[in-house]
Amino acid sequence: MTAQTPMLDVQNVTKVFGIATGFMRKPLTLTALSDISFQVNEGETLGIVGESGCGKSTLGRCILQLLTPEEGKVLWLGQDLTTLKPDEMRKHRRDLQIIFQDPLASLNPRMTVGGIIEDPLRTLMPEMSQKQRRAKVIEMMEAVGLLPEMINRYPHEFSGGQAQRIGIARALITEPKLIVCDEPVSALDVSIQAQILNLLSELRDRFNLTLIFISHDLSVVRHVSDRIVVLYLGRMIEYAPRDELYNDPKHPYTRALLTAVPVPDPKLARQRKITELRGEIPSPINPPSGCAFRSRCPYAIPVCAEKRPEIESSGELRSVACHRWREIEVEPVATGG
Amino acid sequence: MANVLEVENLDVTFSLHDGEVHAVRELSFVLGEGETLAVVGESGSGKSQAFLAMMGLLARNGRATGKAKLAGTDLLALSSSELDKHRGLDIAMIFQDPMTSLNPSLKIGKQLSEVLVRHRHMSEADSAKRAIEMLDRVGIPEASRRASSYPHELSGGMRQRVMIAMALLCEPKVLIADEPTTALDVTVQAQMLDLFKTLTADFGTALVIITHDLGVVAGLADRMMVMYAGRAVEAGGVDDLFYDPKHPYTFGLLHSTPHVETSGQRLSPIDGLPPSLEHLPTGCAFHPRCAFAMPECRKERPKLTDRGPKRSAACFYEGTLSEKEAAQ
Repeated sequence: MTAQTPMLDVQNVTKVFGIATGFMRKPLTLTALSDISFQVNEGETLGIVGESGCGKSTLGRCILQLLTPEEGKVLWLGQDLTTLKPDEMRKHRRDLQIIFQDPLASLNPRMTVGGIIEDPLRTLMPEMSQKQRRAKVIEMMEAVGLLPEMINRYPHEFSGGQAQRIGIARALITEPKLIVCDEPVSALDVSIQAQILNLLSELRDRFNLTLIFISHDLSVVRHVSDRIVVLYLGRMIEYAPRDELYNDPKHPYTRALLTAVPVPDPKLARQRKITELRGEIPSPINPPSGCAFRSRCPYAIPVCAEKRPEIESSGELRSVACHRWREIEVEPVATGG
Repeated sequence: MANVLEVENLDVTFSLHDGEVHAVRELSFVLGEGETLAVVGESGSGKSQAFLAMMGLLARNGRATGKAKLAGTDLLALSSSELDKHRGLDIAMIFQDPMTSLNPSLKIGKQLSEVLVRHRHMSEADSAKRAIEMLDRVGIPEASRRASSYPHELSGGMRQRVMIAMALLCEPKVLIADEPTTALDVTVQAQMLDLFKTLTADFGTALVIITHDLGVVAGLADRMMVMYAGRAVEAGGVDDLFYDPKHPYTFGLLHSTPHVETSGQRLSPIDGLPPSLEHLPTGCAFHPRCAFAMPECRKERPKLTDRGPKRSAACFYEGTLSEKEAAQ
């Protein structure tokens, strides 16, 4: 990383949801994200991983201002998006796009493919003529591997993989600088998943895109990301360049997560020692005191229940939130996955 | 090793308003005692329907022909009431989503003990006791207290444990698990795979695991069968198929899976899309997507033939499968 200003600078973002519990009752609060900070440089792909309920999708939405964080800043090219009025934010929308997990559910079933892909142009770039828009739609369809003659078809005529290509074309058409990809391949079959992953990296290089890639699948995240944020119960527990994270994880949770990924290699799978975690993820409404991970951590000691570990530097360009990361013997992890 | 399940020429057909669709075609395989077989395939490959057929759980417009012999008894020839005597007793099935498989209005202890009252004619008290033992066995903490919980009070991983406990109560010869860990988080999945390994070994149960995840296959199975468009295209030992696949589809699946060496590089996906079962290509159903296809693949369908000790593949191409060869 050079001394350039990061393209996206997320500073201490906290997002809290209220949960209604009944008439005249005090609503419960759920802290979906707590004090999250990281930077993304131009052209970089940042992976965000974690299990269900860790806040990874909420984080993607907070970056795009589809949700407003209660605290913290989201600096986009130096400007704080959280303070912008909706019409000011609209000017940035063409630069900031999103691709969703369920490709069919995220496409309007009553619009043609051409209409769906064109839609962002109509709202975000009204200066374009109808003819220019049409030409752009065809260009995008070709870029994502859809035949231009499919332009008048409806979403239900497409398979999951093709529908995801439509979603990608729609995100690309405004020539965005950054795309948040929220589990873009989770709903797809393996052979199709590989096609979409290849397409995304091709498009990234061709259009010089910066990607934020959200996934629960560590193999997929490893495949695409330059740097990775690991979340657990709304907290950032580790942040490191890809190879450092996978070869030398510092946080016990990251290590457990890596060994838990099934390896598609029978011999390796038989040798592997899995650091099995106790239990399941606690409810985010009532997270454990101190370190959120302590209830499942094999290394937890009394201080972990008393004090929340700050995220601190654990080497060049990387950080970790654990009271004991220095003491824990890090065994090399055999991760074929 | 004796075979507990022998499937011969299983066909599963669904009648639709405009004709018939063959979801499974000429499927034959055997399952040895205590063995773990992985059935691998993408959506629409027929991997789930084949086993739903054996369990008598096909949708109303579906019908199955052929034989599926469980310790000599042909399950497909049984009436639904005769089948009930076997289901849960010597063959059991669990599904991806445990919430929809459990009765939401019955306490889990009761759901388990019912199985024993029915199949083993145990008393209420004994069956309740045995249910708690089983819940404890599958790793449910405070099993005796949990037995009086309703399914919605449990997490996804706990519900799947309850399903496994229920399926193994009568120590069946065969357990069929259809994508049992797909809905679970990766750390919970690891616990569950471990549980499968221990329990099938302890009870001597043969396990069929239906999955699309090759990582799950590698860690758990002894043998695997790859299905494409309703047919088995390759079968054999897990090591044989992973390290030396003979069918281009198996090869393609292995190379589409991201792993450590592919970081930051292009994956080698299988081109194109799986075919619609209503409009299958002529000859080999995989030929339009196959990098090794030859003229005869379009005309004739290759039969599943032996390709070495205890392994078979349905493919005319007999050369080496490598990306370089594919490019030529």
